[in-house]
This record gives sequence, C-alpha cells and structure tokens, in this order.
Amino acid sequence: MPATTEPAVGPPGRTVLDARDIARALTRISHEILERNKGHEGLVLLGVPTRGVGLAQRIAARIAETEGVTIPVGALDITLYRDDLRRHPARAPQPTAIPAGGIDQKTVVLVDDVLYSGRTVRAALDALADIGRPAVVRLAVLVDRGHRELPIRADHVGKNLPSARSERVMVRLEETDGLDVVRIADSPDAARPTEEVAR
Amino acid sequence: MNKHLLSSEDLTADDIATLFATAAEMHDVQRREVKKLPALRGRTIINLFFEDSTRTRSSFEIAGKWLSADTINITGKGSSASKGESLRDTVLTIASMGVDAVVMRHGASGAAQQVSQWVDAAVVNAGDGTHEHPTQALLDAYALSRHFGDGGRLGSLEGRHVVLVGDLTHSRVFRSNVITLTRLGAQVTVVAPPTLMPAGIASWSSSAGFATSYDLDEVLPKADAVMMLRVQKERMSGGFFPTSREYTVGYGLTRDRLRVLGPEVPICHPGPMNRGLEIAADAADAAQSLILEQVSAGVAVRMSVLYHLLAGEGTA
Repeated sequence: MPATTEPAVGPPGRTVLDARDIARALTRISHEILERNKGHEGLVLLGVPTRGVGLAQRIAARIAETEGVTIPVGALDITLYRDDLRRHPARAPQPTAIPAGGIDQKTVVLVDDVLYSGRTVRAALDALADIGRPAVVRLAVLVDRGHRELPIRADHVGKNLPSARSERVMVRLEETDGLDVVRIADSPDAARPTEEVAR
Repeated sequence: MNKHLLSSEDLTADDIATLFATAAEMHDVQRREVKKLPALRGRTIINLFFEDSTRTRSSFEIAGKWLSADTINITGKGSSASKGESLRDTVLTIASMGVDAVVMRHGASGAAQQVSQWVDAAVVNAGDGTHEHPTQALLDAYALSRHFGDGGRLGSLEGRHVVLVGDLTHSRVFRSNVITLTRLGAQVTVVAPPTLMPAGIASWSSSAGFATSYDLDEVLPKADAVMMLRVQKERMSGGFFPTSREYTVGYGLTRDRLRVLGPEVPICHPGPMNRGLEIAADAADAAQSLILEQVSAGVAVRMSVLYHLLAGEGTA
C-alpha cells in the first residue's frame, strides 16, 4: 500500500474537467441558480450522496461569497427509493439531512455529480415528496452525459459531455477522493458502465 | 448477512454496524409527516406469534408497513394451531401463499431455526422459548449507542460496562444481549440470584468473555449502563425465590439503588415491566431511563433488519 500522504492520482482515463474547470463550472452554476431564483430567497440546496453533497456545499459557499448569506444545505439519500433495489444486494442508505427550515414552499435545488439515465433524479423527486412540498424543484449537475431513460432534464449543467453508453464517467472530488477531476474511460465492464449505477 | 436472522450469533460486528447505520436513517422517518418508504413495496411479511406480545409484534408490523411491505399478523390463539394443527403444517400453509418473510415468536427454543429449514421465505426470530431474541438485543445496543453518541450520531460501546440483572434462566433477551454486546466490545456483567443463574454459565462466560455475579450492590457502582430483565413468572414452575419482596431487596432496581447509580447511567428494560418487582417506578420513569427510547429504536432497528433481509437481489 502506498503511503496516504502521496497525492491522489485518480482513475485512469481522459481528463474532461480538471480542478480549475470544476471550480469555474461551480461558480457559474452558483450564479445561474441565483439568477434563476432572482436572489437567494427561499433557496435550499440538497446534495445527493455521495458526491452531490460536497458539490452542494461548494455551491452554497460561493453563494455566501457573492450574496453574503448562508443558505440551507442538506443531503437527500435516494437509496430506499431506487427502482433497481432488487437488482443488487441490499445497500445501506447514506445519511439524509434536511435543513431545519424544511423544504415546504422552498426552492429546492437538487445537486448531483453526473446526470445519466435520470433514474436517480426520479428517485430523488419521490423522496422529496415524502418529506414535504417544495414550491419549485430544480436540478444542478456537474456533468450531463446524456442517455436519458426518463423525461428529466437538468436546469444547471457544469458540462455537457457526449459519451457512449460503454464509457465510464468518473467524478472525483476533494471531499471524498482527495482530488478534483472528471475523467472518461472505456468501461472494463460494459454491462455496468456508469458511476450512476455503480454508486 | 445471512438469509435469515435466527440468532445474534449470525451477525458479525460489521453486520451490526451496517444495521445500525441503516436504522439511524430509518429512525428519521419516524419524525416525518409521511412515514413511508417504498423499499419493500410488493413484499409480504407474516408475523407469526404463538406467544403473547405487544411491543415486538406491533413494532415489526409498523416496521414492515413503513417500508411499504404488506404485513399480516397471525397469533397462536385464533389460528388453526388452536385446532391442533402442527407447527410444520401451519408454516407450510402460510409459505404456500407466497410470503417473503416470516417473523416468528414461539415458546419452543429453536422453533425459528426449525421453520427456516421448511420454507423458502426469510425467517426472523422474534423470540424462541428461552433461547434468543436477536432483534431485541440489536435495539438495546442501538438505543445505548444513541445514548452514548451525540445528537443523532451513534456512539461506541467499546469498553462500556453494561450490567444485565434479573431472571437469566428464563431470558432469551439476555442470551442475545450478551452475544451482541460483547461483539460490539462492551464489557458485560450479568447478575442474578443463584437460582436464576443458568446452569453451565461458567463455561460460556469464560469463553465469551463476560462476568457473572450474585451481588448487585457490588457491581452497580461500576456500571456504565444497566439493563433490568423481567421476572418471567409465566415460565417459572416452582420456587426460584422465596417471596417477590425478597427478590426486590436482593435484585430489584429500587429507589436506594437508583441513588447509588447516579443520574447519568442509562437504565434499560425490554418490557413488559413488573413495576415494584424488578424495577421501581422511580427508576422506570427516571430521566435516565431509556425504556421508551428502546421502543422507538425497536421500530427503526426492525425496519433495518427487514430492509437488509428483503430489499436486495436474490432475497426471498
């Protein structure tokens, strides 16, 4: 095992976004969210674990910088709402943390790393409905790689990344992986090509 | 995790950690307006209870319903068992209806194990005779982990001194508790009068690494947590102690012992309580009593168990 102090190199593959690209994309998304919402009123950011949570916190930090306000950030785990629960061994759900103010009548922005089939978002919408009734729900993703299987689209996209189904899109973030990078590579296992499925 | 949950022995420390992490998420559902998760939609769970129960049965029923499973209760009284049907026939009849899980309580030790060999469904032991009650042990340990944690975050039981007091001979809860608690690294002492100390406990305690004592007053000041067990009059034939007054003086959690314990040490009781016998009302209703937290933990832990047994691929 290499020493943990060595810099993380991340997965193999062609780099699509490096750390500075990710930073710029998140800054733009933050401004788009504010613009679309005409300010910070009623905004709640909910990250979808694992990596959506870190992204949501970064967007909130940028909004705090420009607007000078702290907006509520939380996590929304969708494990129990997945439509493919029976296709995999049972997985332990990850923490859901709804901010103290709740989501009723709020503008909820769901934040995730990759938008692919849309099934994660479908599950997240179901989960939201069980928690409360937001006035508006929007979707922000770092990467949209296409191949939707449901009528779902993102409102704020860091990068549109045309990809083949057989490819893997790998997002790595400082918070969870020790570096910021998005890479794409041929999947060694074409049957389960995506991060979205493998999560 | 195995297909069934028959004994606390089935669960490794990692399994328990996974179950607790899931239970913590399930616990939040109890505070929601819509207490419903879709994870077990389309699954059918039969609660087959041949012995009386309020909290375990309703807790399993609620747990199944909150996960969107269809749960059906069958009790010994009022079932064909009271017409003389054998356990095997009853269970095979139910299994033929295509159920995914059987949650079972039975007066005979080993009944759940036996049933698991007859049916394809996942079997959860909800108490078999004087043998085991694994979900009770899980919820007790989970309630303690929450108590020793911070906010909703679970604390560790590593090195915590947990004292179990009472009718050990007739207690399935105690057996499961000792297994689960020692697996989580807790230091366990079990206390009972000599007549209620199970035969052969010496060899088990030395191999499993827990202590036994006849003297509650000597052990109590060193406890980080106390679990009082019910005196099971219905399983006792003959005299295990001269009078209930004498039992209380020797082994009850009385007002005086509560004072020795101090206000910080959590008190558990799996219920139903014999107030005034093994636990004084002052202790049961004290601020440090976790007895009602145990009940709410029970639903979360059972949701977690049912989820892990039934949600994934290749289950039932």
